[in-house]
Amino acid sequence: MGKEDIIYIDDNPFTFTPGETILDVAHRNNIFIPTLCHLKGTTPTGACRICVVEVEGARDLVASCAAPATPGMVIHSESKEVINARKNIIQLMLSSGNHNCAIRDFESDDWTSFQLKTLEADQYNELCPVWGDCKLQDLAYRYQVTTRHMPLSESKYPIERENPFIQRDFSRCILCGRCVQACREVQVNNAIDFGYRGADTKIIAGTDVPLKNSDCVFCGECVEVCPVGALIPKESLKAKTRFEDIKKTRTTCSFCGVGCQMELSVQDNKIVGINSAGRDVAPNNGSLCVKGRYGYDFVASPKRLTTPLIKKEGKLTESTWDEALDFVATRLNEIKDRSGSDSMGVLTSARVTNEENYIAQKFARAVLKTNNVDHCARL
Amino acid sequence: MTNTIADIETADVTLVTGSNTTENHPVLSTFVKRAALHGKTLIVIDPRRIKLTQHANSWLRPQPGTDIAWINGLMHVIIKEDLHDKKFVEERTEGFEALAETVKKYTPEYVEAITGIDADDIVATARKFARARVATILYCMGITQHTCGTDNVKSLANLSMLCGHMGKPGGGVNPLRGQNNVQGACDMGGLPNVFTAYQSVADPNSAKKYEAAWDVEGLSTTPGLVVTEMIQKAELGELKSLYIIGENPLVSDPDLNHAEKAFGNLEFMVVQDIFLTETAQMADVVFPAFCFAEKEGTFSNTERRVQRVRKAVEAPGFAWEDWKILCELATRMGNPMNYENAEEIFEEIRMVTPSYAGITWERIDQTGIHWPCPTEEHPGTPILHTAQFTRGKGLFHAIEHQPPAELPDDAYPFMLTTGRVIYHYHTGSMTMQSRGLNELSPECFVEISSNDAAKLDLADGEMVNVFSRRGKITARLNVSEKAVDGTIFIPFHFAKAAANRLTNARLDPVAKIPEFKVCAISIEKAA
Repeated sequence: MGKEDIIYIDDNPFTFTPGETILDVAHRNNIFIPTLCHLKGTTPTGACRICVVEVEGARDLVASCAAPATPGMVIHSESKEVINARKNIIQLMLSSGNHNCAIRDFESDDWTSFQLKTLEADQYNELCPVWGDCKLQDLAYRYQVTTRHMPLSESKYPIERENPFIQRDFSRCILCGRCVQACREVQVNNAIDFGYRGADTKIIAGTDVPLKNSDCVFCGECVEVCPVGALIPKESLKAKTRFEDIKKTRTTCSFCGVGCQMELSVQDNKIVGINSAGRDVAPNNGSLCVKGRYGYDFVASPKRLTTPLIKKEGKLTESTWDEALDFVATRLNEIKDRSGSDSMGVLTSARVTNEENYIAQKFARAVLKTNNVDHCARL
Repeated sequence: MTNTIADIETADVTLVTGSNTTENHPVLSTFVKRAALHGKTLIVIDPRRIKLTQHANSWLRPQPGTDIAWINGLMHVIIKEDLHDKKFVEERTEGFEALAETVKKYTPEYVEAITGIDADDIVATARKFARARVATILYCMGITQHTCGTDNVKSLANLSMLCGHMGKPGGGVNPLRGQNNVQGACDMGGLPNVFTAYQSVADPNSAKKYEAAWDVEGLSTTPGLVVTEMIQKAELGELKSLYIIGENPLVSDPDLNHAEKAFGNLEFMVVQDIFLTETAQMADVVFPAFCFAEKEGTFSNTERRVQRVRKAVEAPGFAWEDWKILCELATRMGNPMNYENAEEIFEEIRMVTPSYAGITWERIDQTGIHWPCPTEEHPGTPILHTAQFTRGKGLFHAIEHQPPAELPDDAYPFMLTTGRVIYHYHTGSMTMQSRGLNELSPECFVEISSNDAAKLDLADGEMVNVFSRRGKITARLNVSEKAVDGTIFIPFHFAKAAANRLTNARLDPVAKIPEFKVCAISIEKAA
């Protein structure tokens, strides 16, 4: 290992492999550099510039997500200049839209004008739905950015609610472009992109149509990567409380055979949201599809079967487990004795677990004594 | 799959056939689309102009049911132009001579006449596939759900072996499994001819091994019936009882009118499910079961990766886990089956299943393991057939084109092919409980080309009656760019307009899979 593959971050030497960015090396070594637009596995855009660092010898601050590490580079990750630049960026972002979270620091005697101003904006009376779960807000706290003297901008575009799953609030969009990267480079659905120019810039679907009239297939990757409250699952707006008593459970999706790893958020014994298990978790590396992410209503459906049913006089009637199990055991034994084992069949299921499939074939083979066991692999 | 999902992005050429990947395996399709985005070659061979064709370098459009012909055509060109991997063929395979002899007559022109694919496209595709450093084949039910499904799959294996694309990263022949645990259900012996890990029931040694493990006597060494045969036997009155776990054959089976009659003929039918499905409504007894979010266990995905399923919520009412229902029933029938929990069952599985022997719940807590995994020290096997095939040498099968069982004629002039849409899953018992998914895909539709619609004087959105020799359904016409003249697509999810009232129950003789992908239909305006 020669000098040629070493960089210095905050006076400490780190090795790198050619092709790695400054950000890659820093994150690999647990050095904090904030990011907003950066999305692993996609082309760096350098759009938000929050990841700027000071590189000795460079004229300006450098966006670390897009700058390749070069031999001997000397980097300061949080110099005074870097901190000031980050504060400015955060301040501009906060003032660019309806970021009415607690980090906005208003003069109390200006309360009325603030109210009047925000009344004009969509959702004027609501706190941001991702309050406390927002990367921009986190950074504002970290760098102690207040917006005391910044005017609040009006929302240029109305909130889009006209699809079942995703709410798009353009007033909270910081135009970091993560959603565009996720849509075009990760899912490759090519449904959304940057539209218009300058101060009118907006993330648009197709020719600026609602998502449901575009190529969007509601995979929700954009929602999962959105660092702020611009894209949120509509379902989450129904939650009574947001962080209290939410339990997260890692599991495997139950739809197709890809076996995506996901995390179920549960509150009051009800699934309130599903996210991927993370961008480093195979086989789906952070992606899900519309069914996996949003198709969980069936779990808590009031139509779920809750008790055994026995057909009596042509009608399925509620019964106890004891009665139903005894009835089935008796009938199956009768048929086995009278017509033989091979007059019986078991259809196990591609939907249930390995353990349950194993028990089902064991039941057919060891109890019914037949190999008439199959499932719908072919259908 | 012989290879992994992640592997797809490393292939130089990806050939996707008989798979509407973006709708049926959306997340897996992202690997295919990303490969194309990064400059790798994507070839789609499919009767419909599916969305994936927009990402592809080329789309070849065969008539439904002519797959063997185009695959033989590719091999004809590859052998004729001496593009095959001679070293791989020599060292790893046998039966090349017979294959070469059979594909001799499948000239690009001959193949064009059968499949409708331009002869030049056959030549260009053959060259691209054979010259690739490594190429992968992805296929799904569009290949298997034919009376020649088994031969279709063997033909794809021929093509991959011929070019030496088997057994290495980025290659292989990869079936995309359509259900979360169809791989696991097969691995676990949920098939009439095998115990776990495909150990034959007809092999007396396997039977003995299981008799010892289960402490029972007299296990049958006669292979049983597949589901489609069970239905036939039920109709004849030879099958008396059917115990159905988490399946809805009265929407998913072919020729439903016929299947309904057969189910009605059963003396006794038990269903355990999470909903009162169309099938459960016919049952004598219905047991309420847990869904995936309520139980502990494992699923095995399409790349043979065994992964954990964990309980997140309590099940509703008095529902039970599927295994617990069966164990309790077994006990009451005089054959006690007792387990504390699902992990104890998994431990028993490991004892009798060589390919799962090295997998423990602890090992797969964070990351799943690909079987075969014979010991606890074994890392698992992401890629199969790297050194040799299961039987030793890979066997080429010389296969001739066979037409589908039913082709269009004057009375039924259109070809019907069936499948799924992105917003619903199989018979919809789960996805149709979601208001959002129903809003995005509310009802059945009949996908037709604009030419065919014009010919029939039908407009987009009109209600139409669709007839086959076996039944009739009514659904809304959807004039679509995806449709090619002469071929109609109908999704099979919707019980109210069940496409399977139309489909043909003719089976592949080996796999016993029904020919869902081709039958003849007619269409007229609904009154």
